[in-house]
Amino acid sequence: MKAARRSPGEVLPLLAIWVPVLVSILYVVGFTLYTVWIAFTPSTLLPEYGWVGLKNYVAILHTRNWNIAAANIVVYSVCFLALTTFLGLLLAVLLDQKLRGENVFRTIFLYPLAVSFVVTGVVWGWLLNPGIGIQKVVVGLGWTDFRFDWLVDRDRALYCIVLAGAWQASGFAMALFLAGLRSVDADLMKAAQIDGAGPLRTYRRVVLPTIWPIFIAVFVILLQFAIKTFDLAVALTGGGPGISTVLPSMVVYDFMFQRGLLGRGSAAAVLQLLMLVAVLVPYGVFRRWQTLKAARNA
Amino acid sequence: MRSTRIAVYGLVTLLACIYLMPLLVVVLNSLRSTPDIFRNGMIGLPHGLEFSNFTEAWSGLCIAEHCTGIRGYMFNSMMMTLPATVISTFFGALLGYAISLWRFRGDMWVFGIITLGVFLPEQMKLVPWVLVLRDLGLYNTVAGLVLIHVIQGLSFTTLFCRNYYVGIPQELMKAAKIDGAGFFRIFWRIVLPLSPPILIVTVIWQFTGIWNEYLYGVTFASGDHQPVTAALIALAVTVSEAPKYGVQSAAVLIAAAPTLFVYLAGGKYFMRGLTAGAVK
Repeated sequence: MKAARRSPGEVLPLLAIWVPVLVSILYVVGFTLYTVWIAFTPSTLLPEYGWVGLKNYVAILHTRNWNIAAANIVVYSVCFLALTTFLGLLLAVLLDQKLRGENVFRTIFLYPLAVSFVVTGVVWGWLLNPGIGIQKVVVGLGWTDFRFDWLVDRDRALYCIVLAGAWQASGFAMALFLAGLRSVDADLMKAAQIDGAGPLRTYRRVVLPTIWPIFIAVFVILLQFAIKTFDLAVALTGGGPGISTVLPSMVVYDFMFQRGLLGRGSAAAVLQLLMLVAVLVPYGVFRRWQTLKAARNA
Repeated sequence: MRSTRIAVYGLVTLLACIYLMPLLVVVLNSLRSTPDIFRNGMIGLPHGLEFSNFTEAWSGLCIAEHCTGIRGYMFNSMMMTLPATVISTFFGALLGYAISLWRFRGDMWVFGIITLGVFLPEQMKLVPWVLVLRDLGLYNTVAGLVLIHVIQGLSFTTLFCRNYYVGIPQELMKAAKIDGAGFFRIFWRIVLPLSPPILIVTVIWQFTGIWNEYLYGVTFASGDHQPVTAALIALAVTVSEAPKYGVQSAAVLIAAAPTLFVYLAGGKYFMRGLTAGAVK
């Protein structure tokens, strides 16, 4: 017998590598394919193994919930992206001014990231509640016709989620921008100043153009946050008033576990995944192109 | 230039106050009585300190039909977060080491697939988890949530550790192999002793992420098996007719305390995890 048995010293490493690897791959690939497949079946409360083609997708795309959610996610993503990037960049530029107590400020701007979306949603729900929150306090100060009642306004409640989301995520954008600003060549900035450019002009013309890849990274990361937003909206508006602030992630949950329609819910989940793919695949190509270019220049 | 400096400090201080406001409001309200909050609004100073808010939130508050406060839910969260953090970090280190230093056929493919798990939305995995947990008999148990977070966490921990270990020179590996050291000996003797910085980052990231997670907690656990994030939502529903803002603020503060503490204690490691997790 030539094929000697492998000694335990050889088998154990193989087990230690391949068991978690296979579990992970099964999880990432297998779970995804399973949900994709369930979306093609007539499954209701339990998975059923029939085939209905695109029926679930067609049904989903004709529900009011999904259409509102799809419109909301576009508005939410654009506003969240704009506000969070603006705040993040502002904070980063301010902190880049060699402030005394920079660490304290950085700690303050970043702490919202340590807090759960649920806590953020609950607390902002109180602050934005016109009956007890900011509106009540300002009115109590004597400005009696002050109104800030977006949370109970069908057309504006979505912007409340934007506010809370930006409060939580802008510190993150700040951290990335700050790392970028610190990597800009100091000589470059000096040269600009010697040429007579003021601080604002130096930033606009010299610093920001050199860190544009960071803008793209920030956009992509924030966009995928936005598309996945669930807990924050559940805790802050619960989709209301009415269903005016539902998001795709909430439609998925609603179909799967409140209406017991696993097939439809899975179809909605796949649509949500496709939104992510639409953001991440171009970014992946872009990163690829960047590394290739860097390799060629080296 | 002096006036610009003053403007910069003024603006940054103003922004700091705005960012701190929600925390400040919760801290102050956790010490105020609910009638006081109703009368004077959310933002105000306490008249007398209602420490009883904390005792009621901890052990007396009614959530759904259980009137035992958030104590049990905090315990669930701990029992979910601690093991899941430790186990996922350990296997992440092992896999990161295997992929970056030990190398095996197809390792880059394995790494690529595992890291895709970082981006997948949780909604894509809900139905498969329902079946897996049911078949394993782990539905509505903390053990089931631990399993979910270990496997979900592997994507992150492997990514973090692999990216750190690629910085370890291959010569070190070669020398150890020539000395006859095997897979585990190299891991224990060479790789782990070099790992504390990345392990701290990974542990902080996992602890915060798992503690704060909501969707799995609410989907795969019910009643008094839920983690504290789900309990806070259940609490808001329970008291929606007659909110108890003072006690609720205390509950929110207790629920947020562990991750806030980790953030303050972990400082720069928390930052590193953020940037590492984001722009790998």
